[in-house]
Amino acid sequence: MEARFRVGDEVRVMKAYPPGHIRTPFYIRGHTGVVERICGAFPNPEELAQMRDGLPTQPLYRVRFRQKDVWPDYRGPDSDVVEIEIYQHWLEKA
Amino acid sequence: MKDRGSYKPLSYFQLMEVTLRELLVEKGVLTEEQIRRQVEDMRGRTPERGARVVAKAWTDSSYKKRLLENGTKACEELGLDVPALKLVVVENTPEVHNVIVCTLCSCYPRMLLGIPPDWYKSRAYRSRMVREPREVLKEFGLSISPHVQVRVHDSTADMRYLVLPMRPAGTEGWSDENLAPLVTRDSMIGVAVAKSPGTSA
Repeated sequence: MEARFRVGDEVRVMKAYPPGHIRTPFYIRGHTGVVERICGAFPNPEELAQMRDGLPTQPLYRVRFRQKDVWPDYRGPDSDVVEIEIYQHWLEKA
Repeated sequence: MKDRGSYKPLSYFQLMEVTLRELLVEKGVLTEEQIRRQVEDMRGRTPERGARVVAKAWTDSSYKKRLLENGTKACEELGLDVPALKLVVVENTPEVHNVIVCTLCSCYPRMLLGIPPDWYKSRAYRSRMVREPREVLKEFGLSISPHVQVRVHDSTADMRYLVLPMRPAGTEGWSDENLAPLVTRDSMIGVAVAKSPGTSA
């Protein structure tokens, strides 16, 4: 599958709660960040967990979020960030 | 006092492990020798492997560049095989401090650091490191200036992370071999900095 986003793009993590083996942490769903790098494409772990082949592979991104956006009561400086790997099917254009 | 021995009944997961292992052997999927060798290999991997990579990056700037571009390939250059693993190396600078966590489970660059410490797998570390990294780092004895950006890396999918700590002052002209012992496991996770010359182990 082709990578839909580029480095520097603003993306929003979908706010969805499907059952099963999900590699998108709860705390980041619904938040907006910036693509830091494209890691390549990998079999979809949600499918692999169901003993399926996980194909087509999903582009995987590293997305950078401002801590202050993720945790409104974050006590550190504004510049602090958290970076998370997120598969393309969890992202939409912000 | 009478020695009552140390016998304890197997826990649920120990029993599962024995059952699964015996079944795999019985069905001819694996041999006991293969399992033993894997366990031996796993225990043979120690943070000294990661330290070699860091020391090389400190002394060879073109190696460092390759390491930051493609961690897996750069490890292979040193004969460190990192199979089925994409290694991302993140560099600490005077402006940025990196730290690694896996909030979902306990992903860890075992090929370079060996078996993770228990605290890395603890619920407290995993939940707090993303939410209040500066407080957690302080509990490790590391105070980060508010002028330095803290960058937490949540290892959630197919990448594994290694922190390239800053080279300690007073090590100018040192060889890789002399530098490597300064690179501790914790400094490559990002909860500590590399040792300074003259500090005891």
